[in-house]
Amino acid sequence: MIEAENDKRNSGDNVAARQRMMALCAGASVADLDAALVALGPLPAVVDLRLPDVGLVMVQGRAGGDGAPFNVGEATVARAAVQVADGPTGFAWHLGRDVAKARLAAIIDALWQDEARRAGVEAALAPVDERLAADAAARAAQTAATRVDFFTMVRGED
Amino acid sequence: MYVAVKGGEAAIDNAHALLAHRRRGDPAVPEVAPAQIAQQLTLATDRVMAEGSLYDPGLAALAVKQARGDLVEAVFLVRAFRTTLPRLGQSVPVDTSAMAIERRISATYKDLPGGQVLGPTFDYTHRLIDFLLEAGAELPPLPQADMKAGAPEPSPRVTDLLGGESLIERETRPDDEAPAPDITRDPVSFPASRAERLQMLARGDEGFLLALGYSTQRGFGRTHPFVGEIRFGEVPVEFVPEEVGFAVPLGSMRVTECQMVNQFHGAGDAPPQFTRGYGLVFGQCERKAMAMSLVDRALRARELGEYSGAPAQDEEFVLSHCDNVQATGFVEHLKLPHYVDFQAELDLVRQLRREHEARRAPEAAE
Repeated sequence: MIEAENDKRNSGDNVAARQRMMALCAGASVADLDAALVALGPLPAVVDLRLPDVGLVMVQGRAGGDGAPFNVGEATVARAAVQVADGPTGFAWHLGRDVAKARLAAIIDALWQDEARRAGVEAALAPVDERLAADAAARAAQTAATRVDFFTMVRGED
Repeated sequence: MYVAVKGGEAAIDNAHALLAHRRRGDPAVPEVAPAQIAQQLTLATDRVMAEGSLYDPGLAALAVKQARGDLVEAVFLVRAFRTTLPRLGQSVPVDTSAMAIERRISATYKDLPGGQVLGPTFDYTHRLIDFLLEAGAELPPLPQADMKAGAPEPSPRVTDLLGGESLIERETRPDDEAPAPDITRDPVSFPASRAERLQMLARGDEGFLLALGYSTQRGFGRTHPFVGEIRFGEVPVEFVPEEVGFAVPLGSMRVTECQMVNQFHGAGDAPPQFTRGYGLVFGQCERKAMAMSLVDRALRARELGEYSGAPAQDEEFVLSHCDNVQATGFVEHLKLPHYVDFQAELDLVRQLRREHEARRAPEAAE
């Protein structure tokens, strides 16, 4: 039954929107997610379906960047699974060992899947989106300052 | 031969207590925090992540602190830690062309799409000790380029640029892609696959791979290399958990990639073209990524019909000895008690001496 529900929710646009929300939660700090949940107001009861814990994901690369896959090494991943007030199951998997943050993200994932709350969740995460975009732009500008502008010396002999 | 020996417990306890104090150093000097190591000794933590084969900057920084800066010991700590955690699965292969680039250089193309950016590098520094760092000098202003509006120019992999003429060999990608073999699950047998070799090189000791790469440049299995491209930055990592059945973004990790391009005269049906060696390493580990790509290419010697018996071309020699945890384990075990072995050897040498004396006695009498 859960699989059937997953299939229903896994339709194209829904998945892409959920991936965007999950990427924001992965990039956010625990304070960001705390603030987002506070902004969402009083929450229904949260049940931990699995106690948040830490595991490993083997990270793959590709030979030559675009060839056959190979294992580069593992990464620690914190994960959580929660249910909010008999609603959908919320999940989170984040690089690192911050299980408290993963649990907050799983709650946000559960709330996001409730269509009545989705717009509210996305609004609460908007400041995170803005900050991550600003950070990325600042880093890109710093990197761009180190761009090499080659010029060829013209020799005066012809 | 190993025999259980008792005794020394108090000495060991006290040695570890002494270690804790020596690690702390002079109490008048402020204690270093793992966050300081992660932020200010980043390249040390990057090396520990790469060779520990575990991406976790905070953990690597703590390991560096615990190991008093002994990076091989820190790698050992990280490897031991990973054995305590469950494996959730394999990631989607990371796409290095989607990297948020912090450094990207090419020694083969001056003007390549996306341009060359130096990023935070030691290159072109004068390698003079900077006493201002000790004096606490102010930082120069943070450089900032004026960013033009619109999307930045994409930076395709340099090896894709000459693709049309097939002057640089293409990587092959099977249609039905199986997950990569994993040397941490299934022991390697020789000959190893390229995927197994790359996994072992990615976690191999930087010093060992550097020396082997250097040896190929000096003539022991020469490969005529050019740095096609080195890039460093953050790549997004995705993983498909069975609970949801789609690719979940886990966050981003910093990796260094090196594309080495090597001259090849052609052999059999293969026309002359440039061949490739590849390096991909956690963190900002440029020397390691370059060495890895040199050794990856050298290990393709048999495939390309150019094997000459050079050390860097010998797969079993390279792969069996590149892991510094294995190497340090076997070398350092020599300091553990071998009293019984040595006693036996002592008896043997005494007996050989007696026999030697007995043989010499009649000769002396003659």
